[in-house]
Amino acid sequence: MADLSIDFVGIKSPNPFWLASAPPTNMGSMVERAFDAGWGGAVWKTLGEPIRNVCSRLASIDQGPQRMIGLNNIELITDRPLDVNLREIRECKRKYPKHALIVSLMVESKREAWHEIAKQVEDTGADGVELNFGCPHGMSERGMGAAMGQVPDYTCMVTEWVKEATSLPVIVKLTPNVTSINPPARAAVRGGADALSLINTINSVMGVDLDTMIPHPNVNGLAAHGGYCGPAVKPIALNMVSELARDPEVGVPISGIGGISTWRDATEFLLLGATTVQVCTAVMHYGYRIVEDLIDGLSNYLDDKGHTSVCEIIGASTRRVTDWGNLDLNYKTVARIDHAKCIQCNLCHIACEDGAHQCVPFTQIDGKRYPVVDEAECVGCNLCYLVCPVPGCISMVRLDDGQQPLTWRQLTNRQPAPVSGD
Amino acid sequence: MSSDTTPLLSQQEIEHNFREIAPPLSQAEAILEANRCVYCYDAPCTRACPTHIDVPSFIKKIASGNLTGSARVIFEANPIGATCARVCPVEVLCEGACVEKTLMAKPIEIGRLQRYATDAVLSKQRDVLQAGAPNGKSVGIVGSGPAGLSCATYLARLGYAVTIYERKSLAGGLDTYGMAEYKMSQAVSQDEVAQVARLGVVFKTNTEVGRGVSFAELQQTHDAIFIAVGLGATSRLNIPGEDLAGVYDALAFIERIKSRDWASVPMGRNVAIIGAGNTAIDAVTQARRLGAERVLMIYRRTAQEMPAYHYEYELAKKDAVEFLWLTAPVEILADETGTRVGALRCVRMELEPNNVGGAARRGVRPVPGSEFVVPVDIVIKATGQQKLRAWFEQLPGVELDEGGRVITDRETMRTANPKIFAGGDCVNGGREAVDAAQMGKLAAQGIHESLTGERVEFVGARSSV
Ligand SMILES: Cc1cc2nc3c(=O)[nH]c(=O)nc-3n(C[C@H](O)[C@H](O)[C@H](O)COP(=O)(O)OP(=O)(O)OC[C@H]3O[C@@H](n4cnc5c(N)ncnc54)[C@H](O)[C@@H]3O)c2cc1C
Ligand SMILES: Cc1cc2nc3c(=O)[nH]c(=O)nc-3n(C[C@H](O)[C@H](O)[C@H](O)COP(=O)(O)O)c2cc1C
Ligand code: SF4
Ligand code: SF4
Ligand code: SF4
Repeated sequence: MADLSIDFVGIKSPNPFWLASAPPTNMGSMVERAFDAGWGGAVWKTLGEPIRNVCSRLASIDQGPQRMIGLNNIELITDRPLDVNLREIRECKRKYPKHALIVSLMVESKREAWHEIAKQVEDTGADGVELNFGCPHGMSERGMGAAMGQVPDYTCMVTEWVKEATSLPVIVKLTPNVTSINPPARAAVRGGADALSLINTINSVMGVDLDTMIPHPNVNGLAAHGGYCGPAVKPIALNMVSELARDPEVGVPISGIGGISTWRDATEFLLLGATTVQVCTAVMHYGYRIVEDLIDGLSNYLDDKGHTSVCEIIGASTRRVTDWGNLDLNYKTVARIDHAKCIQCNLCHIACEDGAHQCVPFTQIDGKRYPVVDEAECVGCNLCYLVCPVPGCISMVRLDDGQQPLTWRQLTNRQPAPVSGD
Repeated sequence: MSSDTTPLLSQQEIEHNFREIAPPLSQAEAILEANRCVYCYDAPCTRACPTHIDVPSFIKKIASGNLTGSARVIFEANPIGATCARVCPVEVLCEGACVEKTLMAKPIEIGRLQRYATDAVLSKQRDVLQAGAPNGKSVGIVGSGPAGLSCATYLARLGYAVTIYERKSLAGGLDTYGMAEYKMSQAVSQDEVAQVARLGVVFKTNTEVGRGVSFAELQQTHDAIFIAVGLGATSRLNIPGEDLAGVYDALAFIERIKSRDWASVPMGRNVAIIGAGNTAIDAVTQARRLGAERVLMIYRRTAQEMPAYHYEYELAKKDAVEFLWLTAPVEILADETGTRVGALRCVRMELEPNNVGGAARRGVRPVPGSEFVVPVDIVIKATGQQKLRAWFEQLPGVELDEGGRVITDRETMRTANPKIFAGGDCVNGGREAVDAAQMGKLAAQGIHESLTGERVEFVGARSSV
């Protein structure tokens, strides 16, 4: 069995699976049960000046019979007294010395306030702090959370304050509610961040009750935008993680968060450059027990691929992500249908007809009408392959016409545009 | 008059008739079905499974694409998980308890998903269980059916040197020789036996304890002994004509089918099966598949009292079996050769008015003057298996109850002799393969505790929470 242990900027963890700062890490008894279930680390529910929450605070979106493909919340940071949390953190770390225990922080934008809380956390024996610059609702209206994460100068400044006060590793948790993720990430690194974690939740309105015409979640007749997370946000998170993993001006380890439910999701984050991953929604849906298959599935995958340590795959796919201008314009694929598998639903035909390039006409084969790809016309867009309900029925086949690769950049001699925004 | 192995159907027709009643799930089906499972916590399906397989865990591993892990979860709780996937009466076990059955009368197809996962590793011979470091102790097991295989697996995982003594030429017990051929073939049971053998368990086949090797010898060789001999041959009818050619014990009949050597299988146009348990159903449905034109199921009580499961009864009805309720055989009549079955004389029965002496069910008695004769070529006896009372006499200190079942401690499966443990059909009087597997697991725990003083608890030894 491959070695799953991780060293994340000096924080040791038996595996790369951490709980994200959220309800599942609300208090000591919960984190301890999570460690017992197999979680390698946990980021404590964000500490700060205790707040009052509203009721209700969660809403979700379903996809057919599948519940909660996306979750939205308007919960704030911890509502428990600071001293109680600090005491439980100390106790938990004492009981679980081999697990990673990180404490998420958010206080008002005052140097002393950040110094004070960072020192208090260091005193508990916790392994690191995570700065919550991402909460997109409520806290941001008070000048905290995303309000800091959206202004790179603030991000840099507050990170510096925390670094002044503690020798613990400092992880900055970024908000995805920005036009480009690179400037705030670079700012955090400039401020001394040892690592980055992302993504926090995305601004969202989950829907409207058509009877009452009140949007979800209803707080006495009113609603506010909330933070979106869960399986549906994974592609957004993967993009942001891979953007930072390949940014030479970032260059610090990343903890990937957003929509991770299975070992496959987690492995994708690792391949795209995350060293650890954090999970919230999937645990809120199914419980701590899901970590068993995260560990088992990753471990079997590594064994199958002949790896002896999870570290060998971290960032293995990062170099496969590039700018559009570096893609090969001469690379050609076409769709091909295996008629032995085809169930004649004709979705490929209508998708191509009305949504692509009209190149999946019908042909009679053995007295039956089958869709057949007109390879001369097919532009290799993937659409038919994506809509086909039968596994392995449509494959995208490479047509090699011997041409040398040619990119748009080579064709136009353009240089990459610099990332701007800070 | 034809000999009774003259085929009534072509080879292809027979093969077609014996195709799997529950074929494997395709990848698309398995993924869809696995995603339909809501991943219950403290799941009712797991509680209903006698081996308490963590069903939601193995199903979610199918959904996540971790088939190796999925099979491991299954085999850790049930070493004959591939057999059980095909032969378990799921309607009254896991699937009967599934919340999706409550929600919309469509339980998750747990058995077929279990098959999907276990097939994936058995076909690759990918081992998901490992033998423990040798602990220097040795255990002998008599019988290689579900109970024996299960106990051997757990003991091997703990580091025991395990030897299984089996009187038949192939290991697997009724998994190999008894399961209806349309449910599973011998290949599945042999794959599972091979998996157990790869853990280092030694199989001594063609070795009958009490004949080829004495029980005393076993006691000298091993630190403890697990008895998993199952039950004996089918009970006799004790009516005239019982020894005519063409009268079969259901077990012997099914055993011949299991060889798939169709030329050696008895076939008849008119077949009578005596009894109405699950074995009787297996006999009628298979006789039908061999090409019998008329199949009669003869039972002295009514449909309400038949011991077979409801869905098994439905299967027999679908196969157009004729049921003669409240009917008992009184004599098997020879045909013109004088040596072969030609007809069956029966008598009508009626229910006695009251439960005599508080008996669980009402008695039946013959109706005077109601005898009738039906022409048949084959009679199959399926009136329940006998207990191996005589065999147990050679086991010092082992006690049987009045029903002939071995008396054991319920948790450790220890008999009255502290070195001898027992499990499976010989203890419970004849239930399902999965029950025998669970008893094998409990016995392994009991043996380990008695030999080392250490308590271990294997996955699914008890129901959760
Ligand atoms: C026809 C039939 C169909 C069935 N169908 C199903 C089904 O669909 N689903 C289901 O769950 N259950 C089914 N069962 C029940 C199931 O087969 C049994 O509950 C299960 O096999 C019991 O396991 P066991 O290990 O106790 O005994 P067995 O499987 O009977 O194994 C006992 C083994 O011990 C060997 N043995 C006996 N004496 C000696 C000796 N002296 N020396 C050496 N070896 C010896 C025997 O040869 C045999 O291999 C069926 C049973 C029958 C009879
Ligand atoms: C109810 C709820 C409360 C949350 N509270 C916090 C918080 O206090 N601090 C924080 O940094 N992130 C918080 N998050 C965001 C999560 O930590 C995580 O970044 C996000 O949910 C994405 O991960 P997921 O898709 O696995 O849920 C919260 C999320 C939810 C659903
Ligand atoms: S989408 Fe797939 S299954 Fe449907 S017609 Fe096209 S090739 Fe056949
Ligand atoms: S072993 Fe049998 S009862 Fe248990 S889960 Fe599998 S199919 Fe269901
Ligand atoms: S009861 Fe049904 S839905 Fe629930 S875990 Fe079991 S198989 Fe899945």
